[in-house]
Amino acid sequence: MKALSVQTLSKNFGGLRAIRGISLEIEEGERRAIIGPNGAGKTTLFHLISGFLFPSSGHLSLFGREVTNLQAYQRSALGMARTFQVTNLFQKLTLFDNILLAVQAMKQTRFCFYRRAMSFRDIMNETEHLLKEWNLWAKRDALLKNLSYGEQRQIEVIMALATKPRLLLLDEPTAGLSPAETVLVTSIVKNLPREITTLLIEHDMDVAFDIAEKITVLHFGSILAEGSPDQIKGNPKVAEIYLG
Amino acid sequence: MKLAETLKGPFLLLCLFAVLILLFPFLFSNYYVGLAIQIFIMAIFAMSLDLLVGHTGLPSMGHAAYYGVAGYATGFLCLAGIKNFWLVILLGMGLGGLTAAFFGFLALRARGPYFMLITLALSQVLWGIAFKWRSVTRGDDGLPGIGRPILGLGIDLKPDLHFYYFTVAVFLIVLVSLFILLNSPFGYTLRGIRESESRMKALGYPVWVYKYVGFIFAGIFAGISGVLWVYYSGFVNPSYFGVDLSVKALLMLILGGSGSLFGPSIGAGIVVLLENLVSGFTERWSLVLGIVYVTVIMLFSEGIFSVFKRGRN
Repeated sequence: MKALSVQTLSKNFGGLRAIRGISLEIEEGERRAIIGPNGAGKTTLFHLISGFLFPSSGHLSLFGREVTNLQAYQRSALGMARTFQVTNLFQKLTLFDNILLAVQAMKQTRFCFYRRAMSFRDIMNETEHLLKEWNLWAKRDALLKNLSYGEQRQIEVIMALATKPRLLLLDEPTAGLSPAETVLVTSIVKNLPREITTLLIEHDMDVAFDIAEKITVLHFGSILAEGSPDQIKGNPKVAEIYLG
Repeated sequence: MKLAETLKGPFLLLCLFAVLILLFPFLFSNYYVGLAIQIFIMAIFAMSLDLLVGHTGLPSMGHAAYYGVAGYATGFLCLAGIKNFWLVILLGMGLGGLTAAFFGFLALRARGPYFMLITLALSQVLWGIAFKWRSVTRGDDGLPGIGRPILGLGIDLKPDLHFYYFTVAVFLIVLVSLFILLNSPFGYTLRGIRESESRMKALGYPVWVYKYVGFIFAGIFAGISGVLWVYYSGFVNPSYFGVDLSVKALLMLILGGSGSLFGPSIGAGIVVLLENLVSGFTERWSLVLGIVYVTVIMLFSEGIFSVFKRGRN
């Protein structure tokens, strides 16, 4: 089954045609990277896939289900999770509460308003397990804004994983990281379980080639090339748009 | 921020406060008992607004709407001869909630400053109705002569002393209810929405539903304060819907500290006391209030309640 299927998707902002009839299919378990120069439409495409923007025309389906008109939160319920290019976390809450909100998101009890959140054992245990697994348990009571940028980028990924997604969308997970931190986040993504289909946008070509098995190159809102990392490296058109 | 911790911090202070509140009518004159009643009612109103402003990040400028609707409902019911408190408070809360359900439906489409303006405009519509529809509301004369209700249980609410303890009891019930609500998964979700709506959407939360239900809860709690104030003061007029009341509640949150459990009550205490006491000394009391507001915001940008939190860290 296809994890994600995009059919002749377009998005116009007024006269600007940001996405121009893109079709894209991602197999379950695949690791795909979308690369392209600034302004190619990578983030717009991401917003369309995750439901933060709605397309001007075209269709989207997720694990065989039509999702073109579904809201972001409804797509999440079907097993999609995303991170953000600009770190988007609960800055004034503790690390523990950040992860708790992510774990709680997919539970039926999230609407409960008369029982203490702390009394839901399954959510507490899962939160504790995640924080220990990622070696962040010692920092659980720190306010998120007091953690380092590198840690925050990691938490972006952990929060997305806490909802147990089948399709993970990563929007430039290594943006703004030091080389050492980039290696760390790259290894986190590479070591994800294979059943999680991963689609990432990456500005850094080395990271994209390292993580992905298949690469899609976006240019002016259209697909310029698609193929294995080696095919893309050898593609003269790709070299031209990147090197000028 | 964990609410359980904010409770533990000023625990000793709380005990002292509890004793003071219990003995208050025996230590001070009737005038001050009246002020204390006003403070507790305004504290309920400010807490209900803080559910939106401090906990969900929705800066409502028209919170007086739900207070006023409940107030006028109380007035009309009393004039129709209905004296049963339980019936009136249920209707007051219900109408506060219903009005919020309608206004929330309209206002939650907008964000930030637009949200503020729409909530302000909607509450002004109610003010206009109360002011202009003289045949029903008697315009700015309002509805006078509203007596205290019958509570049953062998308690007579007519003396201010009794009404004081009754108000304190209602205040405590609201405080505990909000404490439970804010510590529940629902309350955590509201704070998540305050911090980042887009992240909550990405996690799979139906953000609109939470904001809408939070809005209705705030209207219900504001309704309680409206009913109490009418019974305390004995009349309703269009000022119940006034912008100055909505803004005063926002000032209480700014002064006391929004997004905390006790901040709004502290703010309510300061505003009511300043208004009443300073105006006894000088005609230029609003100037004094202005200076106090500016000073507090310069010294404690997160409200006076933040002093307790800082003390612990």
